[in-house]
Amino acid sequence: MAVTAPAAPPETRSRARSGSGHKAGRQRIGALFIAPYVVFLVAIFAYPVGLAVYMSFHEYFFAAPGAIVDRPFIGLDNYVAAIKDPAVLQSFGNAAIFLVINVPLTVVLALVLATALNAAIPFRTFFRVSYYVPYITASVAVVGVWLFLFNGAGLVNNLLGPLAPSPSWFVNSTLAMPLIAIYVSWKQLGFFVLLYLAALQNVPKELYEAASMDGAGRFRQFMSVTVPGVRPATFLVTLLATITGANLFTEPYLLTGGGGPNGASSSPVLVMYQEGIQQGNAGYAAAIGIILIIAVLLLAGVQRLVLGRK
Amino acid sequence: MSSTTIKASPATAEEESAAPATTVAPSGKTDWVRLTLLILGAMAFLFPFYYMIVGSLQLEPNPGLSGAFPDPSNITLDNYESINSSISLGRSLVNSGIFTGGVLLGTLIFGLLAGYALAVLHWRGRGAVFAVLVLVQIIPFQLLMIPLYVMIVRSYGLADSYLGMIFPFAINSVAVLIFRQFFLALPKDLFEAARIDGASELKILWRIAIPLAKPAILTAVILTFIGPWNEFLWPFLVTKDQDLQPLAVSLANYISNLAGRAANPFGAILAGACVLAAPAVAVFIAFQRHFVSSDLGSGVKG
Repeated sequence: MAVTAPAAPPETRSRARSGSGHKAGRQRIGALFIAPYVVFLVAIFAYPVGLAVYMSFHEYFFAAPGAIVDRPFIGLDNYVAAIKDPAVLQSFGNAAIFLVINVPLTVVLALVLATALNAAIPFRTFFRVSYYVPYITASVAVVGVWLFLFNGAGLVNNLLGPLAPSPSWFVNSTLAMPLIAIYVSWKQLGFFVLLYLAALQNVPKELYEAASMDGAGRFRQFMSVTVPGVRPATFLVTLLATITGANLFTEPYLLTGGGGPNGASSSPVLVMYQEGIQQGNAGYAAAIGIILIIAVLLLAGVQRLVLGRK
Repeated sequence: MSSTTIKASPATAEEESAAPATTVAPSGKTDWVRLTLLILGAMAFLFPFYYMIVGSLQLEPNPGLSGAFPDPSNITLDNYESINSSISLGRSLVNSGIFTGGVLLGTLIFGLLAGYALAVLHWRGRGAVFAVLVLVQIIPFQLLMIPLYVMIVRSYGLADSYLGMIFPFAINSVAVLIFRQFFLALPKDLFEAARIDGASELKILWRIAIPLAKPAILTAVILTFIGPWNEFLWPFLVTKDQDLQPLAVSLANYISNLAGRAANPFGAILAGACVLAAPAVAVFIAFQRHFVSSDLGSGVKG
C-alpha cells in the first residue's frame, strides 16, 4: 500500500494546478477523518501491547488504589515461571487438543456444506440462515442448551442408553476438551460456510466441465477441483479458527465450570483470568498473554507457509 | 494477507437472487444427496435452538426423548418469571442495549470516517494504519485483557460504568475494513465530479458515499451488533454491580452461581437464553437479505 498520490488524469490536472491548496487540504482532511480511529488503535491496541510487555518484565501486582508500591524489574522470571507452571502447560496442551480437533473438523464440514449449498436447490435461503444462527447467538445462551443436552441425565445420554460415557461428557476429563472443540466448531461453522461459499464463486466452471469430460465423478471433482480451488480461503479459515481457539474462555468457564475437571479443559485465557484478575498476579498473566500472542503468530506463519501463496 | 484475497465477484453479490449453476448437474433431477446433506446440517444447527425454546417452557424438565416434543400439560411461563426474579431481565436488556448502542454509534461515526479516509483520501501514513488494522484482526483483545483491565479498571477507574464496557469495542475494525472495501469499489469519477462542484469531503461522504454504501453498512451493523450483544468476557471483568451487567453477564453468573437454588434450574437458564438469543436472531433474520458473503469476504480478507 503505497502512500503516493495517484497520478491525476489529464483533464483534472489543470484544475488541480489552478487550486494548489486542494491536495494539501485533502491531506489534512484525511488525517482529520482517520484521527479518531488512530487514537482508538493506539489506546486499545498499541499501548496495551507495550504495557503487557512492560508488565511481563516486572513483578506487577494489584495494590490498593493510591498506594505507592514497588514493582521491581525481574527480567524473564515471569516467562520462566510460566513455562514451568503445570497449570499453564496443561492449558496450552488443551489448546493444542482443541486445535487438532476444531481446525480439521471446521475445514472439512464447512467446505462440504458450502459445496452442497452452492447449487440451485430448494429452500436455499432457509439453509443459509439456519447455518448462521448458532454463529450469531451468544455463546452464553447456547451453552445453556448444551449443558441441558449433555448433562448426566440429559437427552444425549438418554438416547445413548448404556453407551453413555461415565462420568458424563463435561465432567469427564478425557471428553471435556474434545466436546468443547466440537461445540465451538458447531457454533462457528456457519461463518466459515459463508466464507467458502464466497470462495467457490471464484473456482472456474470450466474446470468442472473439463474434469467431468475426463470422467471424474462427483467425489473426484470435489478433491481435484474444489479443494485446490479454494486454497486461499482454507488458509483464512485455519487462521481464523486458530485465533478463535487461542481466545477460548467463555466455553470452559461455563460448560466445564472453569476448566474442570481438574484443569482438563482449562484454556490459556482462562488461566490468564485466574492468575491475573483473581489472584492479582498481573505481570505473570501478562507474560502468559505475550507467549500466547507469539504462539498465534508462529502458527499463522506456519499455516501461511503450508496453505498460502504457492 | 494479500495472498488470502477472496475476490468479491459479481456472482457473489447476486448469489441470493440467482443461485449459481450447480457444479455437477445430474441433469434436471432433484439432487437428493445434496439435499439430504443440507437437511441433516440444518437439523444439527437448529435442533438445539428448538430444544432451547421447548425446554424454557417446561414446568418439569424432561430430558427424555419425549421432552423434545411440547406436552401441553407441562407448558408454563414460570421459568421466565423465575429467571426474571433472579437477574431482572429488563434491567439487563437495557444494559445490553446501551452497551451495544454505544458500540454501534462509535462504529458508524468514526468507522465510516476511517473507512472513507482509508479508501478515498490520500494522507501520510495510510499504509501503516491499514497494516495495523489487519494486524488487529490477528491479535484480538482477549490476549490483551490484562493490560486493558489494568488501564481501564485500575488506572482510569472506569469499572462499573458503561464507558468502561464500551471503550475497547468502540470502533469495530471489521466494520472499518468492510466500509473501506466498499468505498474502494465505488467509481473514482464520482468523487472527482463532486469535488469539482466544490463539495467538501464530509459532504461527499454524507451525500454520496454513505447512501451508496447502504448494503455494506447493513452488513457492518449486523456484525457490530452481535459483537457487544454476545460479548461475555470484557463486561464480566468490568462490571461487578448487578444493576449494570448486560444480559450475557448476568445470565452467565446465574449459570455458574445461582442456578442451583432454583426449582427448575435448566428451565430458568433456557428461558434466559431465549431472551438473550432472540434480539440477535431477530436482527439477523430481518437483515439477512442484505447480508451477502461478498461483504463478509471483503471484511476478513484484509
